[in-house]
Amino acid sequence: MSHDTTPRPDDAGYLIRGASLLGGAPTDLLVRGGVIAALGPEAGRDAGTDAVTIEADGLVALPGMVDLHTHLREPGREDAETVETGSRAAALGGFTAIHAMANSSPVADTAGVVEQVYRLGLASGWVEVRPVGAVTVGLGGERLAELGAMAESRAGVRVFSDDGICVHDPVLMRRALEYVKAFDGVIAQHAQEPRLTEGAQMNEGDVSAVLGLTGWPAVAEESIIARDVLLAQHVGSRLHVCHVSTAGSVEIIRWAKARGIDVTAEVTPHHLLLTDELVRSYDPVYKVNPPLRTSDDVHALRAALADGTIDVVGTDHAPHPSEHKECEWAQAAMGMTGLETALSVVQHAMVETGLLDWEGFARVTSATPARIGRLAHQGRPLAVGEPANLILVDPAARWTVDPSTMATKGRNSPFRGLELPGRVRATFFGGHPTVLDGSLATPRPTPHSAPHGEQTGAQGGLQGGLQGGLQGGEAPAWNI
Amino acid sequence: MKHLLSTQDLSARSALRLLDTAEEMAAVGEREIKKLPALRGRTVVNLFFEDSTRTRISFEAAAKRLSADVINFAAKGSSVSKGESLKDTAQTLEAMSADAVVIRHPASGAPARLAASGWIDAAVVNAGDGTHEHPTQALLDAFTLRRHWARIAGTPSAGTTLAGMKVLIVGDVLHSRVARSNVWLLTTLGAEVLLAGPPTLLPVGVGSWPCRVFYNLDDALAERPDAVMMLRLQAERMNAAFFPSTREYSRRWGFDDGRLALLDTMGLDDTVIMHPGPMNRGLEISSAAADSPRSTVLAQVRNGVSVRMAALYLLLSGDPQDDDAADGRADQDDPPATTPEGRTP
Ligand SMILES: [Zn+2]
Repeated sequence: MSHDTTPRPDDAGYLIRGASLLGGAPTDLLVRGGVIAALGPEAGRDAGTDAVTIEADGLVALPGMVDLHTHLREPGREDAETVETGSRAAALGGFTAIHAMANSSPVADTAGVVEQVYRLGLASGWVEVRPVGAVTVGLGGERLAELGAMAESRAGVRVFSDDGICVHDPVLMRRALEYVKAFDGVIAQHAQEPRLTEGAQMNEGDVSAVLGLTGWPAVAEESIIARDVLLAQHVGSRLHVCHVSTAGSVEIIRWAKARGIDVTAEVTPHHLLLTDELVRSYDPVYKVNPPLRTSDDVHALRAALADGTIDVVGTDHAPHPSEHKECEWAQAAMGMTGLETALSVVQHAMVETGLLDWEGFARVTSATPARIGRLAHQGRPLAVGEPANLILVDPAARWTVDPSTMATKGRNSPFRGLELPGRVRATFFGGHPTVLDGSLATPRPTPHSAPHGEQTGAQGGLQGGLQGGLQGGEAPAWNI
Repeated sequence: MKHLLSTQDLSARSALRLLDTAEEMAAVGEREIKKLPALRGRTVVNLFFEDSTRTRISFEAAAKRLSADVINFAAKGSSVSKGESLKDTAQTLEAMSADAVVIRHPASGAPARLAASGWIDAAVVNAGDGTHEHPTQALLDAFTLRRHWARIAGTPSAGTTLAGMKVLIVGDVLHSRVARSNVWLLTTLGAEVLLAGPPTLLPVGVGSWPCRVFYNLDDALAERPDAVMMLRLQAERMNAAFFPSTREYSRRWGFDDGRLALLDTMGLDDTVIMHPGPMNRGLEISSAAADSPRSTVLAQVRNGVSVRMAALYLLLSGDPQDDDAADGRADQDDPPATTPEGRTP
């Protein structure tokens, strides 16, 4: 690997000049040795002459974004996406960590599969890739997968989800919520009552009535969320609700939080911007699950993200090969790409509307998702000594979305043709720039102190231990 | 007009142009030689992904009376059912230089997809898509109603609207493309539309339609409609708990002999009974009602050919009076990226 033989600029450091920390006053930052080594006037003083200078005038420095909801498709559908292409897209989009959903083929329901995805992430080096473990064997909704083995594996899984399919059996959901308490896990529920959504194609309402497409009623989401928050309360567990899409769901979550129930909730960028009016075109690029809702729902979701009822933004990045979208609506696959547009859409929908400042943006895109996923070294404050997972954003930039130029293999962006604000100019992942000048730079070299490795097979989990994943021992490649 | 995909985006002007042209076509149908040379050398493909002999034959007769070459492509049971995509099929037809594609498809929106995708240049005519629309059925219904209305008034049919007419549509509105197309078209032409049916078979969102809705058929009949259009009921809806039994459905929402007699009692001498066919006699309509002088069922079939001739003629011959840009919306490739602020890209 060339990184091992060339001089390492990461060791000399990067002097970022004049970046606005979380939208505040311009400051210099010195990134060196994987951490933020100095801030303010000291940064320039401490930087050696061999440090790389990055002019960041007009740029906002933010903690690297953390996505709790990414579909990387590998193993199984490498034609749709791979860990490599998905994590390149993530780096370009300003992420330093992503959670790979379990609905791969084979399903990520064993220590072996989650470790495979984890190792692919380490090898790619663009972002931290954290596998999500399936709740049930094969996403079948009948038997619990070996949650403990996945938690103890080298992948250190903390987030479990059957995403794409709702864990609808109330007993199974209860057990899953209870069981993951043993290793501080969380169940991320795809809330969709299956009988109420048989054959569902789009939001049920005025538009579906006209289009003659089978409706996906809001109550199918809300009834599951209502049940799950009560279950979480009953067994004292942690629940995360994926991609909340309706105003009614917001009300239920607000009620649950007021009661002290340990629930967190996520909203996708597309649900913060797009409505079911787009389905009138019958273009399957707008087909997604849960479906695009109404303008009232969009405004309720924005308000909920602003007031903390909804905790995080999760992309639900779901690339599909073109033939799965170039067809009739009913036959098309559900899902949209999102990694490379998330920042811009959230800036447009939340920051430019005055609902969130950049500090709030960092909370919902980085600090809180990192806390939910138990990634202690992500989503940290921009302070001396903290891991250098950070991004530089040009909030004044305007660009027109062109899916054909994206790093993801998926061309199914619903934002195609839309002019959006904000561009990621640089992404630092563990002190290494994966993106510079708005383009992919190099992946983070494998840390020499802890060669990741081929020696680690499915048995590697035995060396993990329950405390792994956060500090020391396990997953050294992520740790600084 | 580049395509005929729905009646919702059909302007009153375009609708009247179609109906008036259909009157001219009907006159041709009464001549000894029923053929016009208008579309000689043009190719019309009937692309049917769903069996419908009635509709296909009607389009075939329409195209042939205009001297077009007709290719029937029964996609059901062909390579299409073996996984060939709509895109590949469309490109095959493009390679065969189809000038118009008449498409019947079980998926709502398939004709719109075909028209907007860029896979094919041909004019697309929606011959029924899923539970979305069936515009030529609504046009033939409107044509039939307009002739009836004109006959009562003693005026010529051409050029007139349906202003002042009250049309009651009864039954499974939720799954009916005929109902949707009629709601938009009849309203555009000035008629008042009433809907009646079990609440389970009226779509969520029907409240925003330009119609009054009744759960009780007799309450709706008390509004003295000028026409009652019975929708076909698929008995398997019972299995999905849309209603308890076909007998109960029939009693509450069927046009039975009692309701037929009621029209006489109410003095509604000019009220007609319509049905798009095929009928379930004894379920949504009694035999006496279907065969009564009030029934327009056979006139509807006859008028179907005239209306489809008009549609193919106006789409393929380059209608000189076509100035309705709104009808060409499907041609544009920009996504209608509606956002809550109404922003467009
Ligand atoms: Zn999901």
